Amino acid sequence: MNMANTTAQTSTAAGARQDIIDPCGPKPRRMISRRNIFLYGTLFVMAAYYLLPLYVMVVTSLKGMPEIRLGNIFSPPLEITFEPWVKAWSTACTGLNCDGLSRGFWNSVRITVPSVLLSIAIASVNGYALANWRFKGADTFFIILIVGAFIPYQVMIYPIVIILREIGLYGSLSGLVIVHSIFGMPILTLLFRNYFSSMPEELFRAARVDGAGFWGIFLRIMLPMSLPIFVVAIILQVTGIWNDFLFGVVYTRPDTYPMTVQLNNIVNSVQGVKEYNVNMAATILTGLVPLIVYFISGKLFVRGIAAGAVKG
Amino acid sequence: MSKSERPNPLFRNLNAKVASIPMILTAMVVFVGGTLWTVLYSFTNSKLLPRLNFVGLDQYYRLWATPRWLISIENLLIYGAISLVFSLVIGFLLAALLDQKIRFEDTFRTIFLYPFALSFIVTGLVWQWLLNPDFGIQHVVRDLGWTSFSFDPLYNSSIVIYGISIAALWQGTGLIMCLMLAGLRGIDEDIWKAARVDGIPMWKTYLFIVIPMMRPVFITTLVIIASGIVKVYDLVVAQTSGGPGIASEVPAKYVYDYMFFAQNLGQGFAASTMMLLSVAIVIVPWAYLEFGRRK
Repeated sequence: MNMANTTAQTSTAAGARQDIIDPCGPKPRRMISRRNIFLYGTLFVMAAYYLLPLYVMVVTSLKGMPEIRLGNIFSPPLEITFEPWVKAWSTACTGLNCDGLSRGFWNSVRITVPSVLLSIAIASVNGYALANWRFKGADTFFIILIVGAFIPYQVMIYPIVIILREIGLYGSLSGLVIVHSIFGMPILTLLFRNYFSSMPEELFRAARVDGAGFWGIFLRIMLPMSLPIFVVAIILQVTGIWNDFLFGVVYTRPDTYPMTVQLNNIVNSVQGVKEYNVNMAATILTGLVPLIVYFISGKLFVRGIAAGAVKG
Repeated sequence: MSKSERPNPLFRNLNAKVASIPMILTAMVVFVGGTLWTVLYSFTNSKLLPRLNFVGLDQYYRLWATPRWLISIENLLIYGAISLVFSLVIGFLLAALLDQKIRFEDTFRTIFLYPFALSFIVTGLVWQWLLNPDFGIQHVVRDLGWTSFSFDPLYNSSIVIYGISIAALWQGTGLIMCLMLAGLRGIDEDIWKAARVDGIPMWKTYLFIVIPMMRPVFITTLVIIASGIVKVYDLVVAQTSGGPGIASEVPAKYVYDYMFFAQNLGQGFAASTMMLLSVAIVIVPWAYLEFGRRK
């Protein structure tokens, strides 16, 4: 009874409000119109298509092999098992090594962290020099650098092998770090140069008048003001270097292979019975780092790849 | 700085020059030097080790007489045409759909873009599994009762390159969508209003007004897609390793295999020089149009 009372009251109140207020604002759109059904229908179908592989990966990695052989790749697991994940991480074999993807993971960490730091350190200082301390010829080198970004890597692979062999770093992780720093340089330098150029010139002049030098201005003024662009650069480099395969396979040896190379060797090895659940668990593990970076960084990731897409 | 005499111009602005040493070395030694070195050695008969024993255009004649290289080029052309057309069309359509002031725009964008965060190796392996004829899509459809259904692009040498393209499109269209969406957001709202007042239907507004206005975005996107096509390597390695047989070989893989497995450096150098040439054919006119006009 009480309930009925309150509903009656609210309905009369709503009615009264409608009487008083004239219609204003744009005409409200009907939520269910032909247009919306088409629009959202298409978007949902497309979204399903994009999500499907991720779903299948996760589902497959949680099944046992008998279930995979009998069942359907799209059906959810009847019995969830984490054994494939454990196996992919710690005992899956590549060639003679049977210590799983963990080795590749730590190799990738030891490659990615110094590469990201080194390439960003070089490129940020370089971009700052190009933006604020231009010297004769600087722009020529910069244009060569940018044009060089479009040269296929295959053209430069072998000369770099020779250079690394000469300085004794061929096959080592440090050699690969140098290679990543070299090939990350064009896009990162462009990114930093454009960012520092867009900063107000007065800032730089004022600091100069106050007696600050090259490094003083960079460390005390430019650096604190450019944190967003550093985050973009870090996102760009972490995903790019983690996902690299070509340089990993050319410049490292089997015991220093990065994760992507090891993953490919585990999954595409010809000997042994194929364990699809272990393969999929290993695939997810390898994709996890860039995916986490992607989901955490959100809009900044879009900025990063929009800049990084220009990378040749 | 010293006050007495004019300082040596080489030491003016010294810090900036020191900071630019890595760039100068990269540009001159690796990019220019490395490229010239490779082009030079492509005219030699280097086998296991690079040697300056010139044989003229021999490596190139041999290259263009090798079936594997011809298949690689053919695959690259098909793959390139598919990537170009479909990623532009799908990317633009997705962007246009997301630009309709819809709800959950961020969620949809996140979903369409996440494959781009994954490496080609991961992409290739997932699609290898989905396209597996014994367990994947073909198996599922057959289980539904359509027993003659056949969809095994990775095991059929005449269509294997299309199977690879499916994976490439899944991975890459999100990026194109993002670039297109940025372009669409740059279009003045008044254009849309004017078109609506004139009673122009929406698809016509897109086709004849908005797309021509987005010309610069399309050109940038085109360059991005084109430079990605030539590089395709990891995806093929992960999905098919060039098989069945040599049906899905691509030039980048040819170069790698000849340099590091077949111990035939000369062939590798000649093939990579051809890759450089094909990129130059795309990039030089673009750079000319883009930067030449500004002057």
